Amino acid sequence: MGSLYSRRVFVNRFNLAMSLLTMAFGLAFLFWILTTLFLAGFHAFSTDLFTQMTPPPGSKGGLLNAIVGSLLMAAAGTLIGTPVGIFAGIYLAEYGSRGWLAPCTRFINDILLSAPSIVIGLFIYEVFVFKVGHFSAWAGSLALALIVIPVVIRTTENMLRLVPDSLREAAVALGTPQWKVIVMVTLRSVRAGIITGVLLAVARISGETAPLLFTALNNQFWSVDLNAPMANLPVVIFQFAMSPYADWQTLAWAGSLLITIAVLALNVIARTLFRQAAPK
Amino acid sequence: MNLDIAASRREGAAPGKHAAAMKIAVRHLDFFYGNFQALKDINLDVAQRRVTAFIGPSGCGKSTLLRTFNRMYSLYPAQRATGEIVFNGRNVLDSGVDLNLLRARVGMVFQKPTPFPMSIYDNIAFGVRLYEKLSQREMDERVEWALIKAAMWDESKDKLKQSGMALSGGQQQRLCIARAVSVKPEVLLLDEPTSALDPISTAKIEELISELKNDYTIAIVTHNMQQAARVSDYTAYMYLGELIEFGATDEIFLRPNRKETEDYITGRFG
Repeated sequence: MGSLYSRRVFVNRFNLAMSLLTMAFGLAFLFWILTTLFLAGFHAFSTDLFTQMTPPPGSKGGLLNAIVGSLLMAAAGTLIGTPVGIFAGIYLAEYGSRGWLAPCTRFINDILLSAPSIVIGLFIYEVFVFKVGHFSAWAGSLALALIVIPVVIRTTENMLRLVPDSLREAAVALGTPQWKVIVMVTLRSVRAGIITGVLLAVARISGETAPLLFTALNNQFWSVDLNAPMANLPVVIFQFAMSPYADWQTLAWAGSLLITIAVLALNVIARTLFRQAAPK
Repeated sequence: MNLDIAASRREGAAPGKHAAAMKIAVRHLDFFYGNFQALKDINLDVAQRRVTAFIGPSGCGKSTLLRTFNRMYSLYPAQRATGEIVFNGRNVLDSGVDLNLLRARVGMVFQKPTPFPMSIYDNIAFGVRLYEKLSQREMDERVEWALIKAAMWDESKDKLKQSGMALSGGQQQRLCIARAVSVKPEVLLLDEPTSALDPISTAKIEELISELKNDYTIAIVTHNMQQAARVSDYTAYMYLGELIEFGATDEIFLRPNRKETEDYITGRFG
């Protein structure tokens, strides 16, 4: 008895120590990335960063056009992708119990979910940019929407599947038509979970570079015309970081820090929302 | 007890001195989950404005039977029923039946409380709005009426705007009964309505059932034989998908015709 017990204590301590070590290993890199970003980027944070356009090398400037461009395209991409994603998710969870269409859609969605984003950029380049004849923010938004859609489909379906059948039956038992059951009862009970999914999709697209390289390209100047190339943070960071100019490199660090903070904030908000939703 | 009466019992006609008009007539009902036959040739009458209880061990098909009355099983592709369930002169198993209208006439309360994610007031108004256009005043009155019917008014009248999910389990279940009553159905199906509740909430709901049978036809599935004895006028004992015995509750509990029934209600089996 005694030796069995002490053996278990030892195995328990050993496993605990190993998992703590693994966690420390992962966290160390995350912490390293964050401190590097902070040290290199924070001193570039100034009012100029948020009020000036991207400068030519050697002169002062900021990232205003890139920030606004990123916000605009992320917003457009989310607005296009979210409804499609939610409707498809509803179909998969609520109507897809019979037939072959739902399993097929789910399979294709899983592929889309893990498709490299550069492929999506090239696809939009081929079917949109090439046909229209020039780069544009619309093309960038479409590429981002294609990334949003599978994420939202997946979370919407998963959330709706968490709704107990008893709640659906209770609504049906009153003589409620199916669309009303979905809109008024099931969707409503997982509202927070679906919003969480959309926020995570926004976080995902706000750092994407590859789909924008071939679609929205970049713009040195202020532009909010969705039919023209538009500045955006990821591509500006890519360009400036690769350049030999020290002031551009500093701006790239500042932009990276900015995106990281935004994504972090989105994740925190999403998690808080989800925690509120979870006890149901 | 002569054999003719026993035969008529097994045929399913509700016997006894307080015979009432029938509300639902079940004839030769078979039910299948995929290839598994869960109900075998069920015949019985559910009497109007009476409480009919369904008892039997787990898996005997009593809930399945209840779920055929409002075609709840139609939500699931692999489930099907054959035979006849005549309600208001129509076989509800017919493919042409409007399921939403049927379910508005035949309400249901489930084992677990299922409040909708909305306020207490809206939980009740939700069902009413589906088939009636009421003014704000009429709706207020209807909500109050339903909550009074479900013995919930006193404890909820000051928090109608609060979420229905924040109530206790017993209150949630009475809210669900209020919701089912609010649309003024003709039949109320209760599927083990008190199995998740404490004794005090159970007693309240049993009182409520006795109250409600003045206006509604009630069919209740229960695991609790004392409950069946307390609240029901007729009792059906089911076993392995068959209706073993059906009759007036005091007859079934005091002088059961069949040995199986007696073994079950005296606790020798099940």
